[in-house]
Parts: sequence; C-alpha cells; structure tokens
Amino acid sequence: MTTKTKIKNEMSLSFPSKSCNEAFARSAVASFIMNLDPTISELSDIKTAVSEAVTNCIVHGYRRTGGTIYIKGRITEDNKVTIKIRDKGCGIEDIKKAMEPLFTTAPEEERAGLGFAVMQSFCDKVKVKSTPQKGTTVTLEKIIGSENE
Amino acid sequence: MLKTEFKNNILTAYIDGEIDHDSAAKIRTKVDGAAQMFKPRELYLDFSGVTFMDSSGVGLVMGRYRQMKLIGGALRVINIPDRLYRIFAMSGLESLGVLR
Ligand SMILES: Nc1ncnc2c1ncn2[C@@H]1O[C@H](COP(=O)(O)OP(=O)(O)OP(=O)(O)O)[C@@H](O)[C@H]1O
Ligand SMILES: [Mg+2]
Repeated sequence: MTTKTKIKNEMSLSFPSKSCNEAFARSAVASFIMNLDPTISELSDIKTAVSEAVTNCIVHGYRRTGGTIYIKGRITEDNKVTIKIRDKGCGIEDIKKAMEPLFTTAPEEERAGLGFAVMQSFCDKVKVKSTPQKGTTVTLEKIIGSENE
Repeated sequence: MLKTEFKNNILTAYIDGEIDHDSAAKIRTKVDGAAQMFKPRELYLDFSGVTFMDSSGVGLVMGRYRQMKLIGGALRVINIPDRLYRIFAMSGLESLGVLR
C-alpha cells in the first residue's frame, strides 16, 4: 500500500476540439503549476507534453466527430504535477504500437509520429488508457524542483 | 508570424512565435506559396524567433523537405534555439543534413 500524499491544488478544464485551444490548454496548465516556481525548462517540458496530448485529441481522437476535451490537473505535497488529458473520441486499437517513435496513422497530414515519444522524454511518467470507440486518457506526471537538487 | 525574403536564389522564411498544429498549418500555406512563386534553389527556415515548438514543428520541416525535393531544391533549417534541439534530435532529421 502506498501512503496517500496530500493534495495541494487541483483544477479541471473542458473545451471544444478546436486547434486554437492547443495554445490555450498549454498556457492554462503552465499557469496552474506556476506557484511551484518551475524552471524555464520544466515549464517548457510540461507545455510541450500537454500540447502533444491535446493535439492528439483534436487530430486523431476527434478527427471525424469533433467533441470536448477534458483536462484535470493535480499538485501533491511532494511537488508532483499530474495532468490527465481525456477525449471521448475514436480510441487507439494498439497502444504499444501507437507509442513507438515515428509511428503515425496520419503521415499525409505531415505528422511525424513523435508525440508520445516527446511526452515520454519530457515527463517522468506517461500512462495511456484507451478503448476503441470510447476514447483515450493520457496521464502525464512530472516532479517539479528535482532539477535543482 | 512569418516574413519571407528572396535573394540570390535563396528563399528565407523567418518563423516567429509558437509552432503547434494550429500555427503550422498557417506557416505551411505561406511558405509553400512563396516557394511556388520563386522556385528557389534553396529554402532556409530561420527558427531564431521560435519560442515554442512541439512535434508539429518536425512535421512542418519534414513536409518542406519533401516539397523542396519535388521542385528540385534543397532545405536548411537555421538558427535553431538550443531548447528546441531536443525534439529535432528525436526526429531523424539530423541524418538528412538539413539542420544547421
Ligand atoms: N487521442 C487519440 N485518439 C486516437 N488515436 C490517437 C490518439 N493519440 C494518439 N493516437 C494514435 O497514436 C499515433 C501516434 O501518436 P503520436 O502523437 O506519437 O504521433 P502523431 O500524432 O501521429 O504525430 P505527431 O505527434 O508527431 O504530430 C497517432 O498517429 C494516432 O494513430
Ligand atoms: Mg501527436
């Protein structure tokens, strides 16, 4: 059993799958973690990872239908930031394959297939849950402040 | 968001601000329009003014690489800020010799 770490702050957001909301989402998450006093590179890592996950909801999850994107953020006492990005879109058939660097189902749209690789390299942990026809949840975790130790 | 300059058969596009899926579409339209018009021998994408980039920036560069090949020209990405280099390093673009 893990002991529960105390929650310092929480937030939730939802917005339609419009590409102008990619910038909104990453800035909103950046503001949320601001009082942890992140370094410029920690801030940029989180913004980039959130941008990847939100873009995936728009260009893949809601490709055909459009829909609502949900973000939940949490900061715990150990300075861990957890960001969940969820869509109720088409879902992913083979998560393992989807997460391979350079794998993409949309090469003709100039996608590089690097989104998951970037999330993994810029965060401490990335979890993906997905059900075809139901949707996808990506959970990003990053400890803020470990760079200065 | 974008200024272009054509000199000595080189088209330079100065990209400004943040590159994501949203802005990449707009940058792509402008750069390809200018490349169609001038048919340059080389296209330079100048990244010195780029403050943020996700993997859409890699897609943008790969797409322009292919476009330039089609019109018989070459592509170079110049003045890449250090912080953005990490994403490029993951992309395999290094081995194409387009990053400066
Ligand atoms: N939210 C999602 N819903 C449905 N499919 C997804 C979702 N996120 C990712 N995928 C699938 O996983 C693949 C890999 O995603 P990843 O972000 O790594 O690359 P990409 O989006 O194709 O390219 P890039 O992120 O470099 O622009 C996608 O091509 C898509 O098939
Ligand atoms: Mg992606």
